[in-house]
Amino acid sequence: MPGLGTSFGRGGATTAQQDLANSDAILIMGSSMAENHPVGFQWVMEARNKGAKIIHVDPRFTRTSAMADIWVPLRAGSDIVLLGALIRFVLENKRDFREYVLHYTNAPVILRDDFQDTEDLEGVFSGWNEAQKEYDFETWSYRGAPTVPGAKVHGGHAKDRGGERSRECIYDRDLTLQNPRCVYQVLKRHFQRYTPELVEQECGIPRRIFEELAEAFCSASGPEKTAAICYAVGWTQHSDGVQIIRSAAILQLLLGNIGRPGGGILALRGHASIQGSTDIPTLYDILPGYLPMPYFDGDSGSLEGYLKRHTTACGWWSNFEKYAVSLLKAYYGDRATQDNDFGFDWLPRVTGDHSHLGYWLEMDKGNVEGLFVMGQNPAVGAPNSGLERKALAKLKWLVVRDMVETETASFWLDSPEISSGQLRTSEIDTEVFLFPAAGHAEKNGSFTNTQRLLQFHEIAVHPPGDARSETWFMYHLGRRLKEKARANPSPRNAGLNALTWDYPVEGPVAEPDAEAVLKEINGWTTADRKLLSSYRDLKADGSTASGCWIYTGVFPAPNENKARRREPKGRYGHGWGFAWPSDRHILYNRASARPDGQPWSEKKKLVWWDAEKNEWTGYDVPDFTKNKPPDYHPPADAKNDDALAGDKPFIMHPDGFGWIWVPSGLKDGPLPTHYEPLETPLKNRLYPRHATDPGANKLENPENPYANSPDPRFPYVLTTYRLTEHHTAGGMSRYLSHLAELQPELFCEISPELAGELDIHNGDFVTIVTARSSIDARSLVTARVRPIQVDGRVIHQVGLPYHWGYKGLVKGDVVNDLIAISEEPNVRIMETKALLCNVFRRENGRDPQKYSRDGEREIPEASAESEAA
Amino acid sequence: MSVTAFLTDSTLCIGCKACEVACKEWNQIPGDGFVWSGLSYDNTGGLGHATWRHVKFVENGATPGVGGNSPENFSWGFSSDVCKHCENAGCLEACPTGAIVRTEFGGVYIQPDVCNGCSYCVVACPFGVVDRDETDGRAFKCTFCYDRQKEGLAPACATACPTESIKFGKLDDLREAAHDRVEELTDAGFRDVQLYDPIDSSVGGIHAFFITRGDPRTYNLPPQPQVPTVYLRKGWISAAISSGLMIAAALVAFAGNRKS
Amino acid sequence: MNALFQRWPVIRQLLHGGDGTGPEAMSDATKSLRPRNSGAKVARSICPYCGVGCGQLVYHQDGKLISIEGDPQSPISRGHLCPKGAASYQLLTHSQRATKVLYRRPRAAAWEEIDLDAAMDMVADRLWESRERTFVEAKDGRRVMNTTAVAHLGGATLDNEENYLIKKLFTAGLGMVCVSNQARI
Repeated sequence: MPGLGTSFGRGGATTAQQDLANSDAILIMGSSMAENHPVGFQWVMEARNKGAKIIHVDPRFTRTSAMADIWVPLRAGSDIVLLGALIRFVLENKRDFREYVLHYTNAPVILRDDFQDTEDLEGVFSGWNEAQKEYDFETWSYRGAPTVPGAKVHGGHAKDRGGERSRECIYDRDLTLQNPRCVYQVLKRHFQRYTPELVEQECGIPRRIFEELAEAFCSASGPEKTAAICYAVGWTQHSDGVQIIRSAAILQLLLGNIGRPGGGILALRGHASIQGSTDIPTLYDILPGYLPMPYFDGDSGSLEGYLKRHTTACGWWSNFEKYAVSLLKAYYGDRATQDNDFGFDWLPRVTGDHSHLGYWLEMDKGNVEGLFVMGQNPAVGAPNSGLERKALAKLKWLVVRDMVETETASFWLDSPEISSGQLRTSEIDTEVFLFPAAGHAEKNGSFTNTQRLLQFHEIAVHPPGDARSETWFMYHLGRRLKEKARANPSPRNAGLNALTWDYPVEGPVAEPDAEAVLKEINGWTTADRKLLSSYRDLKADGSTASGCWIYTGVFPAPNENKARRREPKGRYGHGWGFAWPSDRHILYNRASARPDGQPWSEKKKLVWWDAEKNEWTGYDVPDFTKNKPPDYHPPADAKNDDALAGDKPFIMHPDGFGWIWVPSGLKDGPLPTHYEPLETPLKNRLYPRHATDPGANKLENPENPYANSPDPRFPYVLTTYRLTEHHTAGGMSRYLSHLAELQPELFCEISPELAGELDIHNGDFVTIVTARSSIDARSLVTARVRPIQVDGRVIHQVGLPYHWGYKGLVKGDVVNDLIAISEEPNVRIMETKALLCNVFRRENGRDPQKYSRDGEREIPEASAESEAA
Repeated sequence: MSVTAFLTDSTLCIGCKACEVACKEWNQIPGDGFVWSGLSYDNTGGLGHATWRHVKFVENGATPGVGGNSPENFSWGFSSDVCKHCENAGCLEACPTGAIVRTEFGGVYIQPDVCNGCSYCVVACPFGVVDRDETDGRAFKCTFCYDRQKEGLAPACATACPTESIKFGKLDDLREAAHDRVEELTDAGFRDVQLYDPIDSSVGGIHAFFITRGDPRTYNLPPQPQVPTVYLRKGWISAAISSGLMIAAALVAFAGNRKS
Repeated sequence: MNALFQRWPVIRQLLHGGDGTGPEAMSDATKSLRPRNSGAKVARSICPYCGVGCGQLVYHQDGKLISIEGDPQSPISRGHLCPKGAASYQLLTHSQRATKVLYRRPRAAAWEEIDLDAAMDMVADRLWESRERTFVEAKDGRRVMNTTAVAHLGGATLDNEENYLIKKLFTAGLGMVCVSNQARI
């Protein structure tokens, strides 16, 4: 989310899947869209049939490559070299969409003289504190913007706007782009060394192919054409994943492809409501609507400090207070008053890394007593799953809610650690509850899909037996806990006592009304519970409540659940579901018109200014103040959205620009920089002194060890991925015969060349070893995997789909046992897409010892040579 | 009631196997075994009594810079096979119990309540489509979703197919669309594109034709499918003629006797 | 007897003409064949697998699922489903679904079935006790109001309403900050 959020203002896909049909070129990278989003891929096929060029960049030739015009294999983990080179290609060949860049991006903005680039400081930007392993990013600010020196800023799923120090509405510009300190020139210098030669050396992409790719993508951009980029976890699951997405954002801003039909960046989410679960987060660092959680060590001691910290002077986030107060009113109801800061003090403070990986390591140390797992299967799906499983044994109690008995639920019974004797059932004190869960057709509720579209699913039948929805479970658990709190009105229970929990229930099992919850999310006036139709109606005085301000408008009247609408009309199907915000399908669509408000071209018109009616109009809901004319100039003392001129499409940003340069909000730099993966066979040719993302956290410990880089024990690059036929950790596919039979066994994809070197034949059992663990798989020897020539040598890449575990109709080793627990600096995601491994042929089928630590006997001790390397 | 058909355009197939699953879900077919083949991503193997759609995967290597949609290179092909619902259907002609019928949509349908499991149809199919379930005893194959078609619904596989690689419609329309598509692809430089519609063979045309790149045989589509019963038919006709002649001869002899 | 006689294909063929492979050879079951979902009720739903958000039509009758297929009206999926979406009926009806609350006592080697209400009480008690033990109200004179010893994982497969209640109760009500899910992008 922060990759898109810091670049454009909102942490969501900028476009809709259907809009890909309007693209002239589509770059799919970090995703095998045809395999993992097959139905969304129909829009790519439609574009292809209309003549669009489909480009797929992937280490493997996948089912997506098979549909592409151009397939570009690259070394896993070299993405920013390629994207940086594309940015350089645009700049050097003057292929940028100049008028768009000048008016709609911060390319002309002048930066401070004391900023120093990674090119100056051998791989870090100015402000790096080696001891603290973090940046002070004061020098990244715009020249002339006031700052508060030393103020600590937390990045995360919400862009931390940095409060009063984040005054990006104050800036100087050079519209000739000649000033050496303007973003455009700084960018040009930053990527100066990202040449086609470097691409050849680092990515293993021959110059001819790079140029063909660059030409195909850039020539499909301009007033008459647009190009789109699709990505998925093939980008995010890297130690510099957010910066890979940032590279794409810069490229699309330079080419003028954001906010325009057929353009944009489509983040492809892997679960039904990944987008929804960050919008209304079950995440530690944000509250609904991308409001940051209060931090203990920030300025969040009081509501006043919290608001001061996050409210900007101009741009949409100057409304921050309205959304924060309305959320507190939704949570705490009548007990939230002006006098008690609307209950702000009842909210817990973030006191550390409470992310999945962060708290799991605490669990492993015995510092967590209880855990709820709902619809997730970390015993298979989480990195270093062996460590994750062992940590479960240190809990006092575990509650799993799922539709099947997952590996997580039964870790104490049949996990590999039990088989190997590392854990003994009779010594595990953990109490385990497995609650059967309802499926999607057994409950009412809404998902938010990959394009920010809320779609309601209706109950068809009641769930079987004791299976219940999470709505039911949470409501009835909450009811019990509130009873306990009522009996014990201590200060720590004040928030729980205040918490509104009066949802109507219905039917024989007392199922709470999901629509009543959605109404609370939408928001209402507190005096008479009148439902609100827009977040523009939210107030900071406590007179409105809203559980997630960006969803306001989804339920504007008692019988009008817009997520439930099924009457699509027009190009984007308005009338089917509800796209946040305010049913806008293409974000920043003001940019589809020229600064004067007229379309860039007839062919690519989307939203334009109707001078007669004095309003913005078009095929989509304008993502802009409806009656603000294109020639509007704010008066000097203007605040809020009024401070943004009529030609500033990125309304969430204080300056209204698309951010090629991110002055605040990211923990690892204002511009993307190529860093090697945490395990890599290569040196970082560009920045030998800072080879990996300086902000990434390896969380290295004896249970979570790493290979050296390079490491003769682990000579091959390993990448993991999904197959069409299975779903993530398998709980929704391995138990179904119709899916399990299609991919019944774990396999390892290796090239014929590597197979030849290792004397492996197709179908042989092989053992794959990393510094963490070893697993067995069948070998699938295929020319779709190719050795890559980089830096004068051959790098072999090995691929593993990760869907199997020790339960279900089809079983297999847990691929995530091989992965390290590591954290990207901004969102704390692990690196699964590029790591180091070794591969051996098994002589006698499976190795009975494979689960024991002895099973790793193949790992030779690190030699002196490798340590010195 | 129009005669319907499938057009499976493998140049649009993404190898997702939605057709296989949608078919099994709609027709409530049990699982077909959990055997990993090691043959690309094809673990289904072929059509059978519990698999009425089958996506075949053909790997031809991969060249950097070239995607599978490049005319000059054909890297990884997918094509969804199905019963052809032949005009002269060997299975139907071989069935001694009347279990196999021609529906009003032109499809060939095995009536499960009539089939006695004799397997004559299995050997009579020129495409090896019909298969006997050894535990159940009866023969099964694609029903052309006869039940769905009766209410104007498209078959489950065509309904699900994400990229409309499987098209369903009136036979004449689809045949025309198939020719247009082949022409379009040929014009775009795909010189290896072929329409598989063996209208001049003994099956006399099929209700499921295919657009493939390269030799259709790669996808188990024989160039000249032979209906075994064409030989039987010749045999039956000569048998009928000779028995007719014999009857005539007997009658002549009888009449002659009466006159005498 | 006559009816039975008339069902014999050869007789039907003689009675109705044709070559014995058309409607005249159809059994009663074949003649009365209809789509399984004919006349069933339909719920408008959304596929629970990936983030594409395909529309689904869930057919049901008398409280039982009948079939699930793509919703042709959906502007995103246009009636199509991938293999996973197409398997949604089996997802809900397969035999390995959990339908009873299972409980494993400390050090026990087997599950036991327990009553749902009792299980809810037990979980509420465990959660309450752990929170009481580990809650931190303040540090260095400043408010903390959290517990880091009770955690939550999961949400990307759940509904917005469910995630809302999880965050509201666990974080805003109980002070649990260790709340996380699959989403990192």
